[in-house]
Order: sequence, then C-alpha cells, then structure tokens
Amino acid sequence: MKDEDGHKGHCCGGVSRRGFLSSVGAGAVLAAAGLPAVPVAAEQPADPAELVRVTLRINGRAHRLLVEPRWSLLFVLRERLVLTGTKVGCERGECGACTVLVDGLPRYACLTLAVEAQGHEVTTIEGLLRGEELGVVQQAFLEEDAFQCGFCTPGQIMAAEGLLRANPDPTVAEIRAAMAGNLCRCGAYAHIVKAVRRAAAARREVGHG
Amino acid sequence: MDNSGTYFVAGALPEAATPTEPLPPWTSTRVVGARLPRVDAYERVSGTAVYPIDVVLPEMLYAGILRCPHPHARVRRVDLSPALALPGVRAAIGPDSPGADIPWYRAQGRAWSRLLDRHCRHQGEEVAAVAAETPYQVADALKAIAVEYEVLPFVLDEEQATAPGAPPVHEGSNRVGEPAVYERGDVAAGLAAAAVVVERTFRTACELHAPMEVHGSVVRWDGNRLTVWDTTQGVFAVQAEVARALGLPLAHVRVIGHYMGGGFGAKLEAGKYTVLAALLARATGRPVKLFLPREDTFLATGNRPANRLTVKLGAARDGTLTALEITSLGAAGAYPASAAATFMATELYACPNVRARDETVFIHAGRARPMRAPGYPQCAWALEQAMDELAGKLGMDPLALRLKNVPRTAQRRGNLPYSTAGLEECLRRGAEAFGWERARRARPGRATIRRGVGMAACFWGFSGGPPSTAIVKLFSDGSATLTMGASDIGTGTKTVMAMVAAEELAIPVERIAVEHADTGTTPYATPSGGSKTVPTDSPAVRAAAAAVRRQVLELAAAQLQRPVEELTLREGRVVTPADPSVSLPMSALEGLQRQGVLVGVGTRAPNPEGTVTIPFAAHFAEVEVNTATGEVRVLRVVAAQDSGRVLNRLTFDNQTLGGVVMGLGFALTEERVLDPATGRMVNANLHDYKLPTMLDVPVEMACVAIDRPDEAFNSTGTKGLGEPATIPTAAAVANAIFHATGVRVTDAPITPARFLAAAGGKRG
Repeated sequence: MKDEDGHKGHCCGGVSRRGFLSSVGAGAVLAAAGLPAVPVAAEQPADPAELVRVTLRINGRAHRLLVEPRWSLLFVLRERLVLTGTKVGCERGECGACTVLVDGLPRYACLTLAVEAQGHEVTTIEGLLRGEELGVVQQAFLEEDAFQCGFCTPGQIMAAEGLLRANPDPTVAEIRAAMAGNLCRCGAYAHIVKAVRRAAAARREVGHG
Repeated sequence: MDNSGTYFVAGALPEAATPTEPLPPWTSTRVVGARLPRVDAYERVSGTAVYPIDVVLPEMLYAGILRCPHPHARVRRVDLSPALALPGVRAAIGPDSPGADIPWYRAQGRAWSRLLDRHCRHQGEEVAAVAAETPYQVADALKAIAVEYEVLPFVLDEEQATAPGAPPVHEGSNRVGEPAVYERGDVAAGLAAAAVVVERTFRTACELHAPMEVHGSVVRWDGNRLTVWDTTQGVFAVQAEVARALGLPLAHVRVIGHYMGGGFGAKLEAGKYTVLAALLARATGRPVKLFLPREDTFLATGNRPANRLTVKLGAARDGTLTALEITSLGAAGAYPASAAATFMATELYACPNVRARDETVFIHAGRARPMRAPGYPQCAWALEQAMDELAGKLGMDPLALRLKNVPRTAQRRGNLPYSTAGLEECLRRGAEAFGWERARRARPGRATIRRGVGMAACFWGFSGGPPSTAIVKLFSDGSATLTMGASDIGTGTKTVMAMVAAEELAIPVERIAVEHADTGTTPYATPSGGSKTVPTDSPAVRAAAAAVRRQVLELAAAQLQRPVEELTLREGRVVTPADPSVSLPMSALEGLQRQGVLVGVGTRAPNPEGTVTIPFAAHFAEVEVNTATGEVRVLRVVAAQDSGRVLNRLTFDNQTLGGVVMGLGFALTEERVLDPATGRMVNANLHDYKLPTMLDVPVEMACVAIDRPDEAFNSTGTKGLGEPATIPTAAAVANAIFHATGVRVTDAPITPARFLAAAGGKRG
C-alpha cells in the first residue's frame, strides 16, 4: 500500500507514482500501452485530441464513452459522467481527494488515465451506497464526525474502504499508514481514525470481514 | 487595531433592530450541547453534496488563467491568436480586452491594479484567460499564448524591502502605511525596575491556507443576470465585489455557496477568477467553469505573512511582569494587506508598561489574506517562547508564571472587564488534564532521543456582532426550515444553528431543514471567518425561532382558551406544565393549518457595552526529539478552550483538534520557499509544501471544553472557537522542544535542519 516514499500515495495496480509521472512525460500513450484493449497503436504517438472508444465499468455499470487518450479517469468521472462525489484536489497524486477503488484497491483517479481503467472494476464513493442507504464506512464517518468541510471525505472513505477490504481488523498504526496518502486540511485526523475503527468493527459484525 | 478587521463590516458596527423581546439565557437545554452528527453529514459522506467545483452545467465551457512567471515584470506584448486557433478554444482575453481594466485590489481609497494588468508585481499575477471545451484544451491554449515580458528587479525579503535601493513595488516607499505604534505606561521604567529581562528575536514562515477545494467559480448568464457558484466563506461579500466589478445591480448577481471545501481566510473575498469567468461566459454565451490548478493557489490566493518579531520582557523576582516590548515586521505581498502581529501581546498578560510596533511592507510576492487568526500564531510563537525563557531565568514553572500574570481587564480596551474570562481556567484545567506537573518534573536525560513538555496560551480578540438576520419557517406538521446567509466552512455552522432552532421550537433536529449561503434566497450575513459565525449568527437564529414559538403559543392560547403564559412547547407539542391534560401537537393548531406556515424573523442584538468578550485557550504538548537527526515527533496535545457555551461537543472537539493540527504544521513543516535568484516559489504543490498528514499528528489529542455560557454577551452564551484552537499550538511545541533538549529554536518551522543549526555545540 506504500509507494517508494512510504508516505503519500497508494501503489496503483502496478504503476508506481514516479514511474507513472515519467511515462506521462513521454506521452500519454506509453502509459496506456500496457492495456491491449485500447485501440491505439502502442508504437505510434497518438494524437492527443483524437477520441478513442472505451468501456468503463463503474459501480457495476458499463459506460461506453469516447475519450481523449490523455483524459484522466478523474476528469471522465466528474465532468463527463457527473459522478462528482470523487473530488479533485491537486491532479498530481499528492492529496488523495480523488481516491477510488480499482479492482478493490485504492487508487488516485487523477493519476489514472480513463483508457487505463478499461477492463477494471472502478468503485467510487457513490458505489458504496445501497440505494439511498449509506455504506458501513460512510455511516461510521457520519457517526464519528470524521470530517469538517467534507471535501477530502470521499477520498478518505475510499481509502478506508480499500484498507478494510484488505485488512478487516487493522491496528491504529496500520490505519494511520494506510490513510497517510489522504490530506485533510481541516485536520479531522483524530476523528477519521475513530471512524475507521468503528467501520472495521461494524463490518465484522455484519460479516464483511 | 489589527488586520482581523477584514472579517468584519468596515467602520462602526451597524446596529440591528433589537428583537421584540430580549431572550433570557436557556436554563436547561435538551438539544444544545449534545454530541450530534452534522445535519448535512449524509450529503458529505455519500458524495451527493455539490460543491462549487462539482457544478456541471449543460454547454459549460472550461477556463484557465495565464499567469506571470516572474516576480516582477512588465508585459510588453500578448498574442492570443495562436491560442484561439487551437481546437476547442472559444474565447481568450488579455490586458487589452474589454474588462481587463476593471479596478482591482482596492484599498486606501484607490485601486492598486487592474483585472489583467500589464505591470505584474508577483509571480502568478493574472495576464490572460481562455475558455475552451475541455480543461485539456484550456491547458493547450494557455501554453500557446505568446507573451513578451520585460523582467524587472524584485525584492522578496521584508527586511530588505525598505533598504535604500530596494526595487519599489509601487511608486514611493515599500511601506504599507506608517508603522502602527501602541504604548501604555513607561517601558523604560518598567525594564529598569525589572529583576530579570529577556530579549529575543523570532521568525515565522509564510504559510499557505491550502484548502482542499481549490479556488474557483462556475458562472452562468441569463441575459444581464449572473449566477455564480463560488467556493467562498461569504456569498454576500463575493456578490458585492462581482456586482461592482461588472457594473451590475446587486439583485442581478446571485452567489450560491452551499458547500465549500475549506477556506481558513483565503476565501473571504471575490477572486479575479470569478470576474474573468463572467467575461468569458458573456463573450461565448455559455456557462464557464474556472477553477485554479493547485499550483496557482499557492501563488495568488493569499497567505499568512512571514513575521520577524522581537520581544523584550521584564519581570520582578516573583514573576510579575513589569515591562513588555514587542516589534513586528511582516510583508503584505505586492498589494495592501496587514501583516500586523502584536495585538495579542498587549492584552494576554497583565503588564502596566507596554510598547508594541507593527510594520508592514510590500514585497514582490502574492498578497497576504487573513489566515486563521491573522497575526496571532506569529505573536504566540514569539511571546510565549519569550515567556518560557523568562520563566527559566526566574526559576519558575512556565505555567505558574502565566497564572501569576492573568489579566483582570482588557488593558488595551479601556480596562473594561471581560464578560467571561477563561484564561486561568484554561491554564488550570488544561494542565490538570495533561498531567503537567508530573510531566514537567520528568528529566529529559541525556539520551539521543529526549522527551519534553511545553505549553502556551492565547486569546482571540473578537467575538462578532451585528448584523445578522435569520428566518425560521414552521410548516403545518411542526417541521421547520431555517434560512440564513452564513456559509458553513466546515465548522458545523448548519448543524449548530439547526440545534439552536430545535431547542427553541422543542422539536428534534431531524425535523429541521437548513437553507443557507445564497444571496438570492437567504438574508444577509457577513462572511464566515474570524471565529465569529456562531456568536454572531446563532442569536439571530434563536430570535427567529423564538418569534415562531411566540406565534405558536398565541395560536394555541386562542384555541385552548388559556392564558399564553401558562403554555410552553415540549417535544413538538403545546403543553401546560401544571396541567398534564393539556397537550396539543403543533400539527393540530388550527391557526397553523389555516395559515400553512408561520414565519419568524430574528436579528442579532447589539453587543453589550462596557465589557469585552473574547475566547481564550491554553495548549499543552509533549514531544520527542531525536537530537542526532533533529526530527521532532509530537506525542500528545491537550487543548483547553474557553469559547462560551458549547453548542455541539462532537463538532467542538473536531474543530479544536483541527486547529491543533494546523498549529503543528506551523510549528514543524509549513513554509513557502522563494528562490532568491529567480524570485519564484519552489514548493508550490502539496508534495513539497508540507501539510500535516495523519502520520505527522499525534494519536493522542484531547480537547478540554470549559463550556461556561457567556450569558452577558449574547442570547446563546457563545464565543468563537476556530481561531483560538490554532493560535498557541506551535509555541507549545517549541517550548516542549526546549524542555526536552535545552535548545531554543526561534525560527518556524522547526525543521530538522533548523533544530540542528540551533543546537550547535549542544548536541550529543
């Protein structure tokens, strides 16, 4: 769950933050090259403005879209699908506000290209709801008042959700390490730790753990 | 007085109409004071809350701003045509475009710049703006704009700003007005009479607000009416500035700010981005979304100025202060703002002989804005470290020295009494909760890793006042809507105001909906800032609910044919305490059914005369210092807060600990770094500008709430919390580091390098 900083950032499905950034510098197509489902020739530079067809599975639903290869998953989620629960904070993998789950693992949507997300299951904060009912982690954040302005909160909740799926009974130290890639300028950290502990207990009770 | 005035309406406080009947203090409460989750928690945790940056409108364009890369330059030429030729680009404006000359940075009776000014006085100053179909095309377009700059000499250091030959930021001196001097008594005599004198110079770093939601707006025109979704602390402040800039009637500018992702003082005013977005939207006939890239927010949306403070204290052998002298120098940045930082020192402790001097200068860097207790954490950093040093010289416990000098009156404000004075209680109860005496006695030892404890105190000099108006609307089923103008900037404003209304109407909070922060639909409120929202607006909310309550009781009295004095509200029913047979649900009130809704309007009564009302705090910290590497770990913090009545203990604790976290950033990690060679900021991102992460704050943090209603001040007994929760933290940490190591680190933040430099020969 840590990148080479061991500090901020999540390991992202095989693309480390630093590796990813350097590949973006060389052209977005390189980052997408590893995903054969994308109909872009890996050897040729892509026209960044040329639209490509992708199918994204988000919260269990398939969305067929035309996207530019350089569009981030974050941009597509927020501005094209209007799933604005996922927040934008820095667009360079430093704040964690855009954290979503990709195949169950926390990942920064700002550092994930939309084309890169094809073939993977994306879960956003909206995907934790059951109808209008809050998910377990969301309910725990509500009860512990684990936020102030609430802007980093969807990212915090997704990081916690990812942690608890991988580790149903984390220690406080494990919670702190797993959540350290999500900044909260209001400083609600003390309540966030309480919320993650409450969520872990609640998940075990309902048999998720 | 100081720059906290930015939070308030300019000039004398306007008087609001006194409520029809003064409300007595609550004798007991059932809702107020409880630990309740927020009324808008569902929206915030589910992702359904729509923040301004989340607004997506049909046909909406995206926009961005081209900024000057130099600290000081003149724009010789701007060629927008390469940008306009790119795919998706719909409009571009530069320094010669219509609207570019809108006056900006108005202060001291004139405008100091224009919306897009050819003379750029800091890195990040706005040069041009474009609108395109996607943000990616906006980025392409901004790169394509050709600008020719004449790069000019610059000054970044506040101490060099007034040196002979320093490049002027504006015509004339680099001083922002004359230095402000305050004096009482005779400092020289006080120092001569002192048994012990300490003097030291301290420096604080320039801090950035860095709210998680970047600054920006979505704007939409309907003919000559403008709707703005702005991430702001004050919708009415933005409305006024945008209307003036665009020459529109206030009624034609609707500013909506239902949710906002943090501000900390950086969002008290309208941004150029809103007006630029409006110009681009008008040119294209389409809605425009303009939010700043994170990097730009570090350059152009305000900061807490760096200060250089010198403190001189004199005391008698028993610790009684005999003299206090403090001078401060800080930078406004490139446009007028205040960097004053001495006010707290003139009133925190009893001292007859005081001299304070504040000097603010221009430099070629982004303009300061009020940041969470402007000037106060800087003052605490210097004053409270000097007090610690004084205690050391006197051989006194630092806590005992402070208790010895607790003031009885507001010494700078006519020696008026405090309506409630919680400093002593914060000191005593905080120390008790922290286990101060025992912790202080423990010897740090001589190991490489050493522990120590420190403390510091503060007040915040304001508690708000009129104007404020609130409206409560009771529906025929006994549920209600509260309408108020204030923004909820993350402090839980909506929640505590709903609790106040629920208390007065004797209905559950769940039966209340809150409408707020919309100039089109809500009554006027001043911006949420300066720890004044609760003490300013909650009495207006209570008055509005009380107005509805009176109508309910009058209708019930008529229906039940009983004297109104016999009736009261309990759990949504009209009851007579003396006669249990009388119990009428509000929904059974015939008058209410006929009328549909009852409306109550409440206003904020004027503050009482003859007293001063301010919140106090004392923070206690334990640290562990690695004397070989200079690393500091904060192990635990106790924050004791006197903010009057606690409306909601859950949100009170949260806000207090959040203030502590921000204080830890001030103490240990946060610093704007400008490159002296190029004048550019080198850490304008969240990786290199170090906000505290969860790993940087202690697991163990506790809030001690004094919770004493200030009944003389307002009808809810409340004072503010946001600022005093962050003011003394950093100084407490610095004092703990000294206790652990014997090293006095005068410059913030205390990075490992700074600690090691200060430690010098003392290491090992």
